[in-house]
Amino acid sequence: MRAVRFEDRPSSEVVSISRAEATRPPGGNGASAGGPRPFFARSSNDRVIAGVAGGLAERIRIDPVVVRLAFVVLALAGGVGVVLYLVLWTIGRAETETRPAWRAGGDAQRTVAAVSIVIGTLLVLRASHVWFGDALVWPVALAAVGSAIIWVRLDRSRSRGRERNGRANGLNGNGDRPAVAADTTRVSFARLAGGGVLVVAGVAVFLESNISSGTVGAVVVALAVAVAGLALIGGPWIARLVRQLGVERTERIRVEEREEVAAHLHDSVLQTLALIQRSEDPGRMRALARVQERDLRGWLYRSRDAGNGAGNLVSDAVDAVTERVELAHGIRLDTVIVGDRPVDARVQAVVDACGEALTNAAKHSGAGVVSLYVEVTDEDVTAFVRDQGSGFDPDAVPPDRRGIADSILGRMARNGGTAEIRSAPGEGTEIHLHVTRGDA
Amino acid sequence: MTAADDAIRVFVVDDHQLFLAGVRAELGSSFEIVGQAEDVDSAVAGIVREKPDVVLVDVHMPAGGGAAVVERVLLAEPDIRFLALSMSDAAEDVIGVIRSGARGYVTKTISPTELVDAVRRVNEGDAVFSPRLAGFVLDAFTDPQPAELDPELDRLSGREREVLRLIARGYTYREIAAELHISVKTVETHVSSVLRKLQLSNRYQLTRWATERRIV
Repeated sequence: MRAVRFEDRPSSEVVSISRAEATRPPGGNGASAGGPRPFFARSSNDRVIAGVAGGLAERIRIDPVVVRLAFVVLALAGGVGVVLYLVLWTIGRAETETRPAWRAGGDAQRTVAAVSIVIGTLLVLRASHVWFGDALVWPVALAAVGSAIIWVRLDRSRSRGRERNGRANGLNGNGDRPAVAADTTRVSFARLAGGGVLVVAGVAVFLESNISSGTVGAVVVALAVAVAGLALIGGPWIARLVRQLGVERTERIRVEEREEVAAHLHDSVLQTLALIQRSEDPGRMRALARVQERDLRGWLYRSRDAGNGAGNLVSDAVDAVTERVELAHGIRLDTVIVGDRPVDARVQAVVDACGEALTNAAKHSGAGVVSLYVEVTDEDVTAFVRDQGSGFDPDAVPPDRRGIADSILGRMARNGGTAEIRSAPGEGTEIHLHVTRGDA
Repeated sequence: MTAADDAIRVFVVDDHQLFLAGVRAELGSSFEIVGQAEDVDSAVAGIVREKPDVVLVDVHMPAGGGAAVVERVLLAEPDIRFLALSMSDAAEDVIGVIRSGARGYVTKTISPTELVDAVRRVNEGDAVFSPRLAGFVLDAFTDPQPAELDPELDRLSGREREVLRLIARGYTYREIAAELHISVKTVETHVSSVLRKLQLSNRYQLTRWATERRIV
C-alpha cells in the first residue's frame, strides 16, 4: 500500500515544477497568463554572478552546473561566453525565485542536447576564427566535462534523496545548500574517478600543449610537491572546518526542530489544556482532550509520511469527520480503519454518510461510545457505524429524522452504493455502508 | 465468579504514576493487586518475585518498553499472562509487544468494566483483542501474499477474519457468537488462534507493515 505512494512521487515532482513556474512574479514580466513568456528570468536564489545561469538552467531544465561550465568554456572561446552572459543579463531583467531543475531530476536528454549545442558552437566559433586557440579551449572543455560528470546528477533517486534532505534540514529559506553539501559526500566513486580522469587529462593536455615537452615532467613534479605541501599545511585545518560545519548544521537542524515542536505544542496542546482548565463541563473536557489527543497523535506519527504526494486519504477524511462529531457532541468514537487509499467522490460519499450516521448515534442513541469501522480494499469501501444505545424501529422512522433518508440512504444510492440499517428498540443500531470502486 | 476473581493476582507496570494510581483504584475492588513497577528492571524483578496471575503492562517505557518486560519474564516464568495496555496506537509497538508474548492489547481509554473483563479473560488463557488491534491484524494480514507462505501460520481463515471484523466493529464476544451462530467459546478459540498466528508467523510483511504503518 505504501509502495504505491512512493510510486506516486514522480508525478508530484512534475506538479511541483509547474508550481515553481507559476510563482514567477506576474508583474515582473507581465506574461504569466497566456502571453508569450520571456525566454527566461534570472534566478534570485540560485546565483553566482547575476543568476543568469540559474535562471537559464531552470528554463531549459538542466543542471545549473552544466550551464555554468558551458559559459566558462564559451568565455574562453573568444570571449563569446562573456558576451552571451551579458546579453542574457540584459534580456532577462526580471528576477525570480527558481527551483533548480536538478531538484526535480534534471533531464538527461536535455543535458546531452545542451552539451551538443555547446560543442557545435565551439566548432562554429573555431571555424570563424573567434578563438583563443586550441591549446586553451579544448583542455578546458575536457576538464569541464569531467567536472560536470562529478557534479551533475540526473537520476531520480538521487534527486529524491536530496528533496528529503532539503526537508529534513528544516527548510531554512534555502534548504538546498546544506542538502548539496550532504549530497556531495555521496557522489559515487565511479563518477568521481571518471570525472577526475577527464579533469586530469584536460590539465595534462593543457600543460602538454602550452609548455615545451621537455619541461612537462618537471612541472608535474613541482605541482605535485606544491599540492602535497598545501595539504600538509592546510589539511588539518580544512578537515576541522568541515567537521565543524557538520556539527553546526546538525545543531541548527536540532534547534529548528525543537522550535517547530515547541510552536506546535503551544498552538495545540497548551491551548487545549488552558481550555480544559477553564471548562466546567466534564463532557466538554473529555471531548477537548480526545480531539487534542487525536491531533497530537496525527502530528507525531503521520507528519513523516506527509508530502509523499498521495493526496487526501480515506483515513484523513474519516479523521476529520470523527473529530467534528466528537467535538460537537462530546461522545467517544472508537475508530478502526483497515487499508487506505486516496479519496474519490464515491468514497467521500461513504465518509459523509458515516458522519451523518455518527451524528445520529451521538444525538439519539444515548450510548457513550460509538464504534466506527472502515475497511478499504482495492475493490470496495465498507463502513460500519455501531452503537449499543437505545435503538429504534427503522420502519417507523419519525418524519423529522430526514438525516437517515437523505444523508445516508439517499446519498449512498446516488453514488451507486448501498446502506443497510439494523436496529431494534433497546438493541442498539448498526448502519452498514458499502460502495464498490469503479466508474460512476 | 467473585470468589475466583478475588484469587486473581494482578501486577501493574506503568511509568506514569497517575495512571498506576488510576488502574489500582479501578481494579482494586475486583482483583488483588500484588505489586507495581515503573521501569523494566524493577518490573521483571517484582513479577518474578510475586508470581502474579496477570500482568498489566504499559507498551511504552524507557529501556525496551513493555515488550522487554514480557520477554524477560516469560523466559523465567512462562505461565504468567500479560495484557498490554497503552496510550500508543503505533502498530509497531503494539505488534511488538504481542509478538513478544502478551495475550492481548487494549487502549488506555478502555472503560473500567471492560478492563476488568479483559483481565479475567486473559487470566483464563484467552486472547483479548481490542477493536484497534483487530484492525491492525486485519490490515497486516490483508496484504497480497506470496504463495510460499505457510497457510497454517501466515493466513487467516475466513472465520477468523469474520470474527476480527466483528471485533473491529465493536461487537463483544457474546454478540459475535450470536451473530455467527457459534458459542462464545468458539469465538475465543478463533481469537486465540489469531493470536498464535500473530506471535508465530514469520510473515515478513508483518514487521515491515508494522514499521511502515505508524498509526491508524
